[in-house]
Amino acid sequence: MNIIVCIKQVPNTNEVRIDPVKGTLIREGVPSIINPDDRNALEEALRIKDSHDDVKVIVLSMGPPQADAAIREAIAMGADEGILLSDRAFAGSDTWATSTALAAGVKYIGDFDIIFCGRQAIDGDTAQVGPQLAEHLGLPQITYVEELKIEGDKVIAKRALENGYFVIEAKMPVLLTAIKELNKPRYPSIKGIYDAYKGDKVKVLTAKDVNADFDNIGLEGSPTQVMRSFTPPGRTGQGEIFQGDYKESVKKLVVRLREKHLV
Amino acid sequence: MAVKVIELKCIGCGKCVRICPFEAIEMKNKKAVINDKCTACGQCIEACPVKAIEKVEERKRAGSVNVDEYRGVWVFAEQRQGSLMNVAIELLGEGRKIADSLNVPLTAVLLGRDVDEIAEKLIKYGADEVLYANHELLDIYTTDAYAKVIYELVTERKPEIFLFGATNLGRDLAPRLSARIHTGLTADCTKLDVDLENRRLMQTRPAFGGNLMATIICPDHRPQMATVRPGVMEKAKYDENRTGKIIKFTPYLVEEDIKSKVLEVVKAAKAQVALEDAKIIVSGGRGLGGPEGFKLIKELADKLGGVVGASRATVDAGWIEQSHQVGQTGKTVRPDLYIACGISGAIQHLAGMQDSKVIVAINKDPEAPIFKVADFGIVGDLYDVIPELVKALDDVDDIVESFKSLQD
Repeated sequence: MNIIVCIKQVPNTNEVRIDPVKGTLIREGVPSIINPDDRNALEEALRIKDSHDDVKVIVLSMGPPQADAAIREAIAMGADEGILLSDRAFAGSDTWATSTALAAGVKYIGDFDIIFCGRQAIDGDTAQVGPQLAEHLGLPQITYVEELKIEGDKVIAKRALENGYFVIEAKMPVLLTAIKELNKPRYPSIKGIYDAYKGDKVKVLTAKDVNADFDNIGLEGSPTQVMRSFTPPGRTGQGEIFQGDYKESVKKLVVRLREKHLV
Repeated sequence: MAVKVIELKCIGCGKCVRICPFEAIEMKNKKAVINDKCTACGQCIEACPVKAIEKVEERKRAGSVNVDEYRGVWVFAEQRQGSLMNVAIELLGEGRKIADSLNVPLTAVLLGRDVDEIAEKLIKYGADEVLYANHELLDIYTTDAYAKVIYELVTERKPEIFLFGATNLGRDLAPRLSARIHTGLTADCTKLDVDLENRRLMQTRPAFGGNLMATIICPDHRPQMATVRPGVMEKAKYDENRTGKIIKFTPYLVEEDIKSKVLEVVKAAKAQVALEDAKIIVSGGRGLGGPEGFKLIKELADKLGGVVGASRATVDAGWIEQSHQVGQTGKTVRPDLYIACGISGAIQHLAGMQDSKVIVAINKDPEAPIFKVADFGIVGDLYDVIPELVKALDDVDDIVESFKSLQD
């Protein structure tokens, strides 16, 4: 069985800060990580590999050359090999153009039973690439997977809802997207890290290499365009902050809340 | 860039530099050079005395359509087990405004089995027309059946705008559909505006965990699709006397169309935390120090008749369930009163609660960013302040009286 896991290298948005003077993003020194949901997708693929014979886990990513580090980390966790789609032609892709590029990558790999993605990436939070990729490849999809079983040629998944879940069955090949409830990702082992950098486990491919459709990748191939971006306007109302004796502060607060008819 | 300088013709007179409203033209080596501030407004083309500036027709993008063939605003009216999701009513509220400004009808798209009363309701909440697909295979949501039916409706009727709720199911359906149609989709919009000149939907959404806002357009593809988070838009008003057209039909669907089959629907035993609908929310953050801190939060919430919220840090630490999370990756809330306890106020949290009417912050650190958005704040240890506040809420009248007498 072949499992393709799509991962994205993202800046750790928890550590992105705003320059208080200029009001701009400070990205310097913000570490890059494997997107958290993608890590759950990878972990689940690795668990299938641990519990079944002859499972190969291939990591697929699109990104700049530095994304190599994310793929090596995935290999250090236990993936067999990686493919990085890296080409200036991919730059500026929206989710449509990203999903067509990944679809080309999948077709290049060829044989697979499961494609596993994270539900969404923390830098964009769109949750769109998984379903769009499934559509391009004509695959059934199960998103928001929080539990997974393999039975013969089928997968049976618990698919999270806001207040419960669906149990969904689909025949492989299938595309799944993982949420953090699915599992707890493992750490790479020391030996794994050593092995990940040994030999030729990561292939870097261009748009031409994977026969991508140039009309549907990159900025030019993206139906959506960013018209402008800006830092969110904060609330400007000057608040009243009480300091000192907390008992007095609480009283002042209660008075204010009463004035607003809140208590 | 859609405007270019023909270098051979340019005489370096600088007229274009002076007329450009965007400071988008500079002189380099006595030739005009257009920089990336250019909006292709065309002022320079007219100003140039030697016709050295011309408009470049942009290459047609793959999948682009004749946008004038597309008219009307659609919203997806998501129902589960025969009850309409609140977000659908919010979409009707927003959709109504957009449809009115574009002077087109508002259509609700309803899929289900024998949900006629929902169709009626959609009209009363502001839809002019309901496209109601009735079929036993649409009773429970499946990606395959819903995408098939809606795709056929879109290709046949060509709406210009199509809005979905960003629920767990809306976020499964909308991207699948957008890929099949070959159009753009903007996720989790917090603001929608229309540029009346070209009927473009300007879709504003947070990115980078709420650190940045981006306005997205979809110029050449239709419909312009967007998902909107529950709780963000105002609900439509219910009007018992409103009338409209319900188009009920039975789509052609067979079992084999459904590749991802729903075997079972399980509702969580626990009541859902209705954060989006709560009037009062008391939220806890990392400053609680541990899971037991939420007992105190709950006590205050109960006292105020509110519900418990949480920051991402506490959810990630496993102190409380994800359903309580407020913020960019959690829920967007706009209660009358939001009390943030031990929450520093990371941008990602602020993104989910800064539309609250009154924000109260309780935090040890006077420099915590949460105080910048707070209407009222107390600098202090929440383990002192909250019990005191719970106590004070029993004596509000007395406290108010004693303050009045002080002022007199």
